[in-house]
Amino acid sequence: MVTVARDEPMLEIRGLRVDLQTRKGPLRVLDDISLEVGRSEVLGVVGESGAGKSMTGAAVNGLLPAAVAIAGGEIRVNGRRVDNLPADDLRKMRGREVGTIFQDPMTSLNPLFRVGDQLVETMRAHLPMSRDAAWRRGVELLTEVGIAEPEQRMRHYPHQFSGGMRQRVVIALALCANPSLIIADEPTTALDVSVQSQILRLLKRLSAEHGTAIMLITHDMGVIAEMADRVAVLYAGRIAEVGPVGEVLQRPGHPYTEGLMGSIPKMGSGVPRLTQISGSMPRLGEVVPDSCPFVNRCNVSLAVCSKARPPDFEFGASTVACWRHEAAQCRAASNE
Amino acid sequence: MLAFVIQRLFQAVIVVVAVGLIAFTLSHYVGDPINNMVGQDATIEDRAALREELGLNDPVPIQFGRYILNVFEGQLGISYRLGRPVSELFAERLPATLELSLLSAILALGVGIPMGVIAAVYPRLATSRIFMTVSLFGISLPPFFVGILLIVVFSVSLQWLPSYGRGTVVDLGGGWTTGLLTISGLKALILPSITLALFQMTLIMRLVRSQMAQVLRTDYIKFAHARGLKPRIVNFRHALKNTLVPIITVTALQLGSIIAFAIITETVFQWPGMGLLFIQAVQFADVPVMAAYLMLVSVFFVLINLISDLLYFAVDPRLRSEFERRRSA
Repeated sequence: MVTVARDEPMLEIRGLRVDLQTRKGPLRVLDDISLEVGRSEVLGVVGESGAGKSMTGAAVNGLLPAAVAIAGGEIRVNGRRVDNLPADDLRKMRGREVGTIFQDPMTSLNPLFRVGDQLVETMRAHLPMSRDAAWRRGVELLTEVGIAEPEQRMRHYPHQFSGGMRQRVVIALALCANPSLIIADEPTTALDVSVQSQILRLLKRLSAEHGTAIMLITHDMGVIAEMADRVAVLYAGRIAEVGPVGEVLQRPGHPYTEGLMGSIPKMGSGVPRLTQISGSMPRLGEVVPDSCPFVNRCNVSLAVCSKARPPDFEFGASTVACWRHEAAQCRAASNE
Repeated sequence: MLAFVIQRLFQAVIVVVAVGLIAFTLSHYVGDPINNMVGQDATIEDRAALREELGLNDPVPIQFGRYILNVFEGQLGISYRLGRPVSELFAERLPATLELSLLSAILALGVGIPMGVIAAVYPRLATSRIFMTVSLFGISLPPFFVGILLIVVFSVSLQWLPSYGRGTVVDLGGGWTTGLLTISGLKALILPSITLALFQMTLIMRLVRSQMAQVLRTDYIKFAHARGLKPRIVNFRHALKNTLVPIITVTALQLGSIIAFAIITETVFQWPGMGLLFIQAVQFADVPVMAAYLMLVSVFFVLINLISDLLYFAVDPRLRSEFERRRSA
């Protein structure tokens, strides 16, 4: 495998398996997920609802729902293994090393506390700071995320902010203890279209300025195209394809990614109908372990697809879990 | 803010005057007040003179106005049964009831809220399950039964605590007596306050638990965890504060019914408070005492509700700005 030399990744996930405990036994939610995100890098994680995007984020910051638990694999943040940390160490890591941005800014902020107080308590939970110093830093942060009159705004309650402004506050909260990684779970989905790109640009700028790695979870390919450096496509709890964003969008290696790209309207292309992937994603527990989860919806499936699980194949600069690339790889190997 | 207080105070006065009308009707039209005051052998002339002297021949609105004025001056009439001014009787009895009610309320809130939070945050814990089961008893057992049960166990069998009365009380001046400063006074308070608090405590616990369970599922609580705040701060600061508005509403109403339930508890424990006075007044058809008690309880209710309205504003900034908006609109 060809590895590009770069700094130690801020986030490294190796072979992560996550199970949901049910009365009938465990169901696999995430199956053998491996990802990494480097300094200042934005990794887009796409997939449809239930593909496991948010679960991947929740596994990293230790906020999995009660019935869901990590069953195997490793998660490293800044080189330190975090998937087996005790609860209080995980708590200290959240906010300090891994910041989180949720989907709906209207409900992410506690309505009964002033924005300034929420910033101050978050900073003081992680950093040895006086109240006054934290308050001053809060004013700086609000300025940094583009909120006018930050001194007054610190004293305002969340309901006095608009949706876009609230998401800026949420970003300030995620950033306030200088984490090295931010997990942004659908950060713009609940926002007005006109506000979306402002928030994305803000995130991109902050990531570049602070060297923060961002794991951007979304189902919106447009957001990925605008923001991400690399993209991971999740399907039924597995990674279908990972690669540089230009590569994956222009030359998708997995039939599922190809189908996704075909479902996006393009300006001026004059296509009368968008193509649609027939069928639906298998639900939890419906994936046959020794097969490709996409086989039933795939137009180009091979005999092997329903008999064995596809391993990761190199495809250009991407990695693709599809048997169709086996032949190509064999050819490449024999040419060497 | 001040406008709100004035508006509410104005409404409060209307309520109290309306209750005053009922109290007035009660004391002037239930039975003949003259008959109740003079003996059998008074002549018709004597009765007419007394009627004139008491102003009972004046038009009704004037009589009512005079009654209200008297009430605001603290003249609540004279007890038929005891022949003493009602205001004097109340002054003697009120400290006992207030002490008992306040202690019960503090007990109910101080124990009920933490129990509710624990039951909501750790629903799987054995302690939480025990709380929930015990609370069923608390909710379903009537206070008189709880009181008698406590007397049987702690006064009769174990003989640890007195079964009736306030014990030794200390006069704080102005007729205000307290049992909080003597050992026997404190011991006498234990059983009645537990009896009175038990129902409220379990009610508050179950209310806090269900409200907390809802709040704990909200995004801002998840986000608070994602910010790395300590669980204790998330649960008791962020989540609990968001459950307070309904808790204040119910507590305010329940504080009123603590005073009402005090009638039963005071009877069981022969507690020399307002409730016992009222029960005795009912038995003797002592109308002035009953009418005045009605007025007093209505004042309590109105005051408690005013305070709870103000507390809403202190807790929830959204209500504050809504009020400002409605006023400017």
